[in-house]
Amino acid sequence: MKRWLHPGFWLVFVLVVILGLWPIFLKNAATREVGFTILLAITMAVSLNIIMGYTGYVSFGHVVFYGLGGYVGMYLLNSMDASLPVAVLGGGAAAGLLAFLLGKAILRLRGAYFALVTIGVNEAMRTFISNFKPFGGPTGIELQFSIYKPYGGPAQALWLTYYAVAAISIFAVVFSYFVKSSKFGLGLMSIREDEDAAEVLGIVTPDVKTMAFVFSAILPGMLGVLFFFKNGNVEPRDAFRLGFSIESLVMIMLGGQGTLLGPVIGALGYQRLRGLLLTSNLMIGSWALKDFQLVISGILMLLIILFIPSGLIGWLKQRIPALRRVLL
Amino acid sequence: MNAGTILTSLVDGLLIGVVYGIAAMGLNLIWGVMRVINLAHGALISLGMFGVYLLFSNLGLNPYVSLCLIAVLGLLMGVIIYFVGIARVINGPYLSTLLATFSINMIIIGLGTAAFTTTPRDIGFSLGSTQVGPLTLLGTRLVAAAVTLLVTAALYTFLYRTRMGKYIRAVSNNRAAAELMGIPSSRVLALSFGIGTMLAAIAGGLIATFFSFTILSGDLCQQKSFIIGVLGGLGNPLGALLGGLILGVLEGLLPLAMPNTWVPVIEFLLFILILLIKPSGLLGGRQ
Repeated sequence: MKRWLHPGFWLVFVLVVILGLWPIFLKNAATREVGFTILLAITMAVSLNIIMGYTGYVSFGHVVFYGLGGYVGMYLLNSMDASLPVAVLGGGAAAGLLAFLLGKAILRLRGAYFALVTIGVNEAMRTFISNFKPFGGPTGIELQFSIYKPYGGPAQALWLTYYAVAAISIFAVVFSYFVKSSKFGLGLMSIREDEDAAEVLGIVTPDVKTMAFVFSAILPGMLGVLFFFKNGNVEPRDAFRLGFSIESLVMIMLGGQGTLLGPVIGALGYQRLRGLLLTSNLMIGSWALKDFQLVISGILMLLIILFIPSGLIGWLKQRIPALRRVLL
Repeated sequence: MNAGTILTSLVDGLLIGVVYGIAAMGLNLIWGVMRVINLAHGALISLGMFGVYLLFSNLGLNPYVSLCLIAVLGLLMGVIIYFVGIARVINGPYLSTLLATFSINMIIIGLGTAAFTTTPRDIGFSLGSTQVGPLTLLGTRLVAAAVTLLVTAALYTFLYRTRMGKYIRAVSNNRAAAELMGIPSSRVLALSFGIGTMLAAIAGGLIATFFSFTILSGDLCQQKSFIIGVLGGLGNPLGALLGGLILGVLEGLLPLAMPNTWVPVIEFLLFILILLIKPSGLLGGRQ
């Protein structure tokens, strides 16, 4: 159990726990909302990092798991009178099952072809759900107000979803470290470095890759349920928004792919910056800065991709050898 | 349902399909030569739409004259985008180029939304219509299809009959070998990206003559060009015309058999299946 003593793990663990507890101590609804988006982003990025950072397969349409999980959970809540925990588990299971079936088929493709297919899967799912009557077609599913009653009314339900997301994000980090430091994780990383060599060394690459894909899909599926439960309704456009997928990729790139701390720092940094830009009242001449949120994010992202492709953590590790022992 | 309805629907689908085909040609050229999936394609299509719209509504320039101007601007813009955003990461992992083109997409869409908002625009330009048997053909769509054929012929001539075209095909085949033969690959790559962008802008300009649009409309065209590109064979610019024809047939005939909203489901499933079974496309050779 020596691996659980690594300072790099505890650094990330403590960081996420502090982030999660912050709004609970302050008992402040506004802080809770900020915390909610940050923890959601962290969990998305950490999960996606398992298939993208560790295994080297870029799942571009990863939001499909979030969306499908959200839909299945909302359906369970609305039409099956399921309780929230059952719905969350159902959403996670649906996402995991989809990843398993997809993984068997599409993980044969390498590189950009894989990325393209994941975009196609997300679009196919979005257009399919828009036509799928049990899930409400294009208008989606709207929760009745009475659904929040068992959870102490809407206000209390918001806190409840926050606790759940905080718990999931802490679990995500622990799980990500567990994968990274296990023999299974070593297999993933050898696939990333050279898939053919990994296969020669006895790693059953199709199975291992599918496993990694399933692992990276389950938590986004659970998050989808919590997000749309909190939101009160789910629509195909919100559930399968490709931009959300790409934002998660950017967070990982910002922090450093394949590292444990990177996706957490990247998600935190990206969400804070976005929040600041969206709420800023700064005017430059007759232009409001917040109208240029997309432009500024785009420019920053381009600069990072062009000049610091290994992300903040990767860059720090290259520059300061002493940090290589501490940062994971 | 009579034969006239089917024919009208089919011809409408084909005429629009080939226009999307131009955009897909650009996408395929860029993928074929530099192995970059251009996620800025949709934004560049939107810019083509707005270019023609602005020249028409502000200067009263005929859309087809503005189209030539837009094509030149598109070429320049593509070369600039290549040197600013892509040249540095062209040899990096494909994720870098994907995200680099996506950030360019964000920048263009962000600027476009700030400048033009997202209210729909309509160019309000008409060439009347002609009656052929049971068919009513809109003038703008006929001209657009004719322009498509012209552009395809020009691209073919350029790729197969000129020295620069030969360079492009050589780099597309094997960049390292082409460089050893003394081909200036960075210039070739820049030019290819420029031509790809030019094709996107032309497609946008043509679409603007018969559909209303917003700065975000390019996104839908980009999805269609992905589907067409895969149908015709990723990396095969001229196959894209065939892909466009196939998409046109699908879009023309499927709505007669099922609700309109199911058409994209079928298209995307086809997209996934082709990538899984034959990633080089229907026309492509063996990998």
